[in-house]
Amino acid sequence: MVEQVSPLGPAWKSGRHNVTGTAPGVTLAETRPGSIVQVAAWPGEEKAVIDAVRAVTGLKLPDGAGGGIATEHKAAFGFAPGKFMVVTQVEGIEAELLKAIPNNVGTVTGLSHGRTALRVSGPKAEWVLGKLYAIDFALPAFPLHAGRSTMHHDVFTQIQRTGADQFDLYVFRSFARSFWTTLCHAAEEVGYEVR
Amino acid sequence: MLITCPYCGPRDVIEFTYQGDANRTRPDPASTDQAAWNVYTYDRVNTLGDHAEYWQHSGGCRSHLKLVRSTLTHAISSTAFVRDHGEKKSASRRKPGAAT
Repeated sequence: MVEQVSPLGPAWKSGRHNVTGTAPGVTLAETRPGSIVQVAAWPGEEKAVIDAVRAVTGLKLPDGAGGGIATEHKAAFGFAPGKFMVVTQVEGIEAELLKAIPNNVGTVTGLSHGRTALRVSGPKAEWVLGKLYAIDFALPAFPLHAGRSTMHHDVFTQIQRTGADQFDLYVFRSFARSFWTTLCHAAEEVGYEVR
Repeated sequence: MLITCPYCGPRDVIEFTYQGDANRTRPDPASTDQAAWNVYTYDRVNTLGDHAEYWQHSGGCRSHLKLVRSTLTHAISSTAFVRDHGEKKSASRRKPGAAT
């Protein structure tokens, strides 16, 4: 397997930064999924696409606005009407989804090279992200495994809550280094660890 | 100003892009009626109060929306996906002489 080159480059600085207590407020990481795929259903074909995603990945994607599901190695969530993001650590899911979703049902778009996946976790994750995005990150408003589409200063971001204190962010690869730097600055206040 | 996207819920107006007056009726594309095209292109009702508008949730789910916004208070009384919304032509919101 070809090793992925991170777009974060020298901005990715492993270790603890500004941590004054025993533990950092947040941990920042790049998850480097093998596949990031966008699946879109034609109107009326949403259920067929959800079934296809389930058949290919085993993920039981719930129907409904922003509904999602996540396991340790794969995840899927809705981010727009009839549109879903499918992320796995396995490469080549795009080809399998293309076979399972014919053109008259929906479209499959590979974004593995176009997005960078970042993970923000820790007790201050909601606080740090709340400084960047104008959406509510509290658990009742942003349930576990749900997805959201939003933006920070025109950097479009798709966000999935993959844990009570954990969020996975998908940003355009070309903006990733700049956004990562912004994220680090936002996390300085609470102390952060880069893994 | 908050706009409640039917998919994403309430979001700040910064995530949305205004896409124009939703009170107009586009003439038949084959029409060569210059007066009708002139009305469609240039005439606006300049509503005081509730105004139907097209917006796109460009910084979110990217859906095209049709909503009713008060030009007095910015209060938004209804929001719907354009693709689910039948075009309602309200004579009261149209300028005299506008194409129907």
